[in-house]
Amino acid sequence: MKLNKILRNGFLIIVTCLALSACATSKKSTGQMQGDVYTGTDTVEYLASGVPDRVFFATNESVLTTASRETLRKQAAWLRKNSDITIVLEGHADERGTREYNLALGERRANAAKDYLMTYGISSDRISVLSYGKERPVDSGSNPLAWSKNRRSVTVKAN
Amino acid sequence: MKKFLFLFLILVLTNEAKALIEVDITRGNLNPLPIAVSPLSIDDSSKKSFEKILKKKNIGSEISLIVEKNLKTSGLFNPLNKDAFLQASDIAHLKPRFEDWNLIKAQALITGKVNYVDEKLRVEFRLWDVLAGKEMMALAFTTVPNNWRRVGHIITDKVYERLTGEKGYFDTRIIYVAEEGPKTRRIKKLAIMDQDGANNKFLTLGNELVLTPRFNPTSQMVTYLSYFRNLPRVYLLDIETGMQEVVGDFPGMTFAPRFSPDGKKIIMSFAKDGNSDIYTMDLENRIVEKITNHPSIDTSPSYSPDGKFISFNSDRSGYQQIYIMKSDGSNVKRISFGKGLYGTPVWSPRGDLIAFTKLHKGKFYIGVMRTDGSGERLLTENFYQEAPSWSPNGRVLVFYRETKTDDKGKGFSAKLWSIDLTGYNERLVDTPTDASDPSWSSLLSN
Repeated sequence: MKLNKILRNGFLIIVTCLALSACATSKKSTGQMQGDVYTGTDTVEYLASGVPDRVFFATNESVLTTASRETLRKQAAWLRKNSDITIVLEGHADERGTREYNLALGERRANAAKDYLMTYGISSDRISVLSYGKERPVDSGSNPLAWSKNRRSVTVKAN
Repeated sequence: MKKFLFLFLILVLTNEAKALIEVDITRGNLNPLPIAVSPLSIDDSSKKSFEKILKKKNIGSEISLIVEKNLKTSGLFNPLNKDAFLQASDIAHLKPRFEDWNLIKAQALITGKVNYVDEKLRVEFRLWDVLAGKEMMALAFTTVPNNWRRVGHIITDKVYERLTGEKGYFDTRIIYVAEEGPKTRRIKKLAIMDQDGANNKFLTLGNELVLTPRFNPTSQMVTYLSYFRNLPRVYLLDIETGMQEVVGDFPGMTFAPRFSPDGKKIIMSFAKDGNSDIYTMDLENRIVEKITNHPSIDTSPSYSPDGKFISFNSDRSGYQQIYIMKSDGSNVKRISFGKGLYGTPVWSPRGDLIAFTKLHKGKFYIGVMRTDGSGERLLTENFYQEAPSWSPNGRVLVFYRETKTDDKGKGFSAKLWSIDLTGYNERLVDTPTDASDPSWSSLLSN
């Protein structure tokens, strides 16, 4: 739609752009999202040095991104080294869905992470799953960036 | 509960008068019926007795105020200003001077009186058609004085039923989730209140997260989701005794519970290994049945009032849509085909409609459609709202709405709202704290 407008009202838009110097970068103003998946590190905590505790998802999705798989492989390596540690995978959704569907979606996301950890040799006995749906956002904002931070699965040490 | 319902209804003298005033509730509230609610008259000794017990100066006026507020809230009636009333309330109750009431443009008139008899509250009231100059209804009943608010609600129910031809919804309660604290660490408690917001009471302390309470349509039992010990499970709660128990023995999260119309089963979702399916549990013999079996998310189940069908939402098509099936899980059929996502289907107590939440282009809608998916009507649009629950007569929906926060994440609130099936008469439902997940009870005095 934006493109359409530019073509139609090209001159006007260019003038506006000059006036607002940030125009060209405004679409990716934060540089913290790819598509609508969060790629920043604002909210991320670390289970150990270089082992991020969470992965992020696209809207309504539970598919792991390339970056998420990399994070989970690091977690798996850390878990293999520390075989006494058990974990809870906490699945979350953003506030833009109905409460009950989001509970199911959070569970699905946490299980996507669990399945991946299991393929890297982590026993299911060491993993439990807990969905919070949209009940525990990390960012209380009502904007796409905040929502992207909230669509997550967080690995929490259970012992 | 039994004691609470200790209440006799005695029919005094109902005129079988025909073709008197009628209120059409199928259209909007464009022309609310002008009605005069004459304060219930009370003799001096009764007044003193009630003042001692209930700490209310004039219980007659207090009850009338409840009736007035109920009628106004319904959107179908316009209670007239008492200052304009010409006739004293005790005389009006015996024989209204219809010219006087006609003069202030009242079309209907409610009169009555309250007495203190044998430690009980006795009330009688009459409904009059002012234009026809006739009595439409006369009723009397006796109850414990503490039930005085319910007396106001029952009078409203009777008047509403006589004038609209449909049962009322005023002698009812709403159970909901009371919310406090920052958005990232919300404290949630179960709470219950009368339909008009009075008698609010918290049922849990807020130590654990609680969600989605729903009434049993046949009793004062509630089912809800609790994160007790960080294990999200469906629970049963007896409101009177406070007794709680977990429903079934599932190795994972159970959620989205509702009762069957006969109150004998609970239907809910059970999530395992990333898949949510719908299950029922019989509360008597504890037998669990799996109703859906699909690798998608199946949730928010709700029975039809005859118990023969179930509506639910599923993302088996790729996105959240509404489906219906027979109560044994067979004949699954998608019914929502409009643009956007559809969730939280709830079957109307009248059986003809399904209320739902819709998300389309970043806006949330509460709407209704017929049970075959036709005739979709969106009643209200907002930044975020969901979870409609029907009044027991199927005329009003209560739901919750959340506000958009500002750039700093401030300004969040959640409130209950109600709206008529017609799409008119949208109202904030007053609650002492923020509120969500409302569920409307059946009529208490049935």
